[in-house]
Amino acid sequence: MSVPLIRFDWRRLSAMMRKEFAQISRDPSTFLIALFMPLLLLFMFGYGVSLDTSGTRIALVVEDDSAQAMQLTQSYRASPYFKADILRNRQEARARMVASEIRGMVVIPQDFGRTVLSGRIPEIQIVTDGSQPNMAQFVAAHAQGVFQSWLGAEGLADMPAAPQIEVSARYWFNPGLKSRYFLVPGSIAIVMTMIGTLLTALVVAREWERGTMEAIMATPVSMTEFIASKILPYYLLALASMTLCTVLGVTIFELPFRGSVLALYAIASAFLMPALGLGLFISSATKNQFVASQMALLASFLPTFLLSGFIYEISSMPLPIQAITYLVPARYLIPSLQTVFLTGDIWGQFLPNIGIMLLFGLFFFRLSFRATRRSLD
Amino acid sequence: MGRIWAMIVKELLVVLRDPKGRTVLVMPPLIQLFVFTFATTLDVKNVDLAVLDQSRGAQSVELVQRLAGSPNFREIRMLHSMAELEQAIDRQEVLGALVIEQDFDRRLARGEPVQVGLVLDGRRSNAAQIVNGYVGQVAAGMNADAIPQLREGGARVTHWFNPSLDFIWFTLPSLIVIITSVAGLAITSQSVSREREMGTFDQLLVAPLHAHEIIIGKIVPPVLVGCFNGTLFMILAQLVFGVPYTGSLLVFFPCLLLYMLSLIGIGLFVSSLSMTQQQSFLGSFVVTNPIMILSGYASPIENMPEWLQTLTYINPARYFLVIVQGLFLKAMPLAAVLQQAWPLALIALVTLYAAGRLFRARME
Repeated sequence: MSVPLIRFDWRRLSAMMRKEFAQISRDPSTFLIALFMPLLLLFMFGYGVSLDTSGTRIALVVEDDSAQAMQLTQSYRASPYFKADILRNRQEARARMVASEIRGMVVIPQDFGRTVLSGRIPEIQIVTDGSQPNMAQFVAAHAQGVFQSWLGAEGLADMPAAPQIEVSARYWFNPGLKSRYFLVPGSIAIVMTMIGTLLTALVVAREWERGTMEAIMATPVSMTEFIASKILPYYLLALASMTLCTVLGVTIFELPFRGSVLALYAIASAFLMPALGLGLFISSATKNQFVASQMALLASFLPTFLLSGFIYEISSMPLPIQAITYLVPARYLIPSLQTVFLTGDIWGQFLPNIGIMLLFGLFFFRLSFRATRRSLD
Repeated sequence: MGRIWAMIVKELLVVLRDPKGRTVLVMPPLIQLFVFTFATTLDVKNVDLAVLDQSRGAQSVELVQRLAGSPNFREIRMLHSMAELEQAIDRQEVLGALVIEQDFDRRLARGEPVQVGLVLDGRRSNAAQIVNGYVGQVAAGMNADAIPQLREGGARVTHWFNPSLDFIWFTLPSLIVIITSVAGLAITSQSVSREREMGTFDQLLVAPLHAHEIIIGKIVPPVLVGCFNGTLFMILAQLVFGVPYTGSLLVFFPCLLLYMLSLIGIGLFVSSLSMTQQQSFLGSFVVTNPIMILSGYASPIENMPEWLQTLTYINPARYFLVIVQGLFLKAMPLAAVLQQAWPLALIALVTLYAAGRLFRARME
């Protein structure tokens, strides 16, 4: 009683798809994931995740009463990067740092004014809360910056004319260095992963768990028709969700869109192949919604989040992890998406990425065909 | 008491009976531990940089050699034209390109200050900013060697609690928060809806059990799994990754329990609202995301807009993150822990109460 593999009939397919669409539209959770989740992600990444720091709370421990110390204090208080409270001793500042109320402190020592008056460069101490390394680096860099520019204004940093190299940086494609410029393409990747893999895995696992899979298998529907009827609706849903993200990103978050719509859809479609294939495979291999959901999280959501270059630089990872990233389809999606939004159509970059994603898709589909067929016997 | 015990045993069996389910409770967290730890560094290393050296004098060669010698750069690719530069950046082959003008050496020889241009790929704006810092350091090093006065005085920087700013010391304590949350929410949210989908919920209703007994039975397994994972991670963080734990263990466990309870309240709430496992899973997923992203782990809370900062006061992860980081690295004293723990207790109380009410309403 083997199920024919190749038989294909449009009428049967459309009947199956109608059933799938009815299921989608009856379950509010699909809308939660396809409509609400993209909005939530964009919103959180747009407002919540900001690596553009300002107004960091620090303490100024001023141990010197001189006019120079007061001027430097004023410079720190005027800096947009800091919200500085003035304290008299280091113990209090330490206690506040332990309680995570402040991120660092600047100590202006007793002989500060005297050193300035004698024409030498004075010393200050910058102490940061190292438990958050990024923040610590940021506090150190900006605290030094404020001090340097104060020294310059005091005329102390005037150096004799001597060779001096200055680096002037220009950021292409994102001159304002807005982090949402890379967070929006990242959200698109995550939303497509969720619909493609998570949702598909859940839906098909449910058919197995409830036993309706056997019911479908008993009908004249062939494997190809069955898989197509599961894939097409979620493919369309994912594309719709991606479109929503793009429109919101461009209108509300003012993300530039310098490539073409054709390229965007080509890239997205190519990525959805491995995403859907993986979802199908997980559901056929686990046949249990809870296990399928946890596997889908582990095999698709986390890699898309962590190993795709979306937030964390792949080149900074240890070599074994870098090797693993080559197996993550999103790794080929993220750079292409960033390019299509911020740079334009660079087909020299898109085509190899699309090709690799399609190969992954082919691989996962073969796997799930096998897993489904075997489990029928 | 006997009834509660029977209920707890039944719930534990549901979670632990299935071998695949058992594996799923422990393996993914362990995989996450290693992947997270090694992948989530915001350090930028092994960067490929391009150089367009149009001066080709002693000083410009010196600058390029210093860049090549910096441990942060992997490959320094020499370019010959602006067109090459544009292509290398467009295709993301290099993260940045340094442009040294023709008069670089001539101006330095005359004692004039000189600018070098650094073109960076703004698509990866974070990494680009850090690379800008690296190149600046190399240039500053060259300047300092040329001008001795630049080396004295100035600001002395110290980092407390984590002197070498090891990123793992930040990641691992935070991971305890993330992993216990995922376990707490995923297991709890599934527990009621699974019964409903399987039809065993009705059996539960006719069993001689009070609503609160059922709820206690549902609370225990996720608490145990969460505490198990949390403890395992705490031990691994110290033994395998060498992160120091400086606080008191007596403080850690009550806080972990409070945190688990506040999440389980949220999970039960989602579960009672859902009719199917799919709904409860997706619902808990939608809830987990903001809890994690707005906890202060992904980016500092003070960077958020004011109104969103206010909203994070109802996020339990926010408090637990401060406690865990404080207990690991800062030997946080009890008073400071309590400051974070009482909102946690309040949230636990409110969410559990609300979930209980909703659960009871659904039973009738």
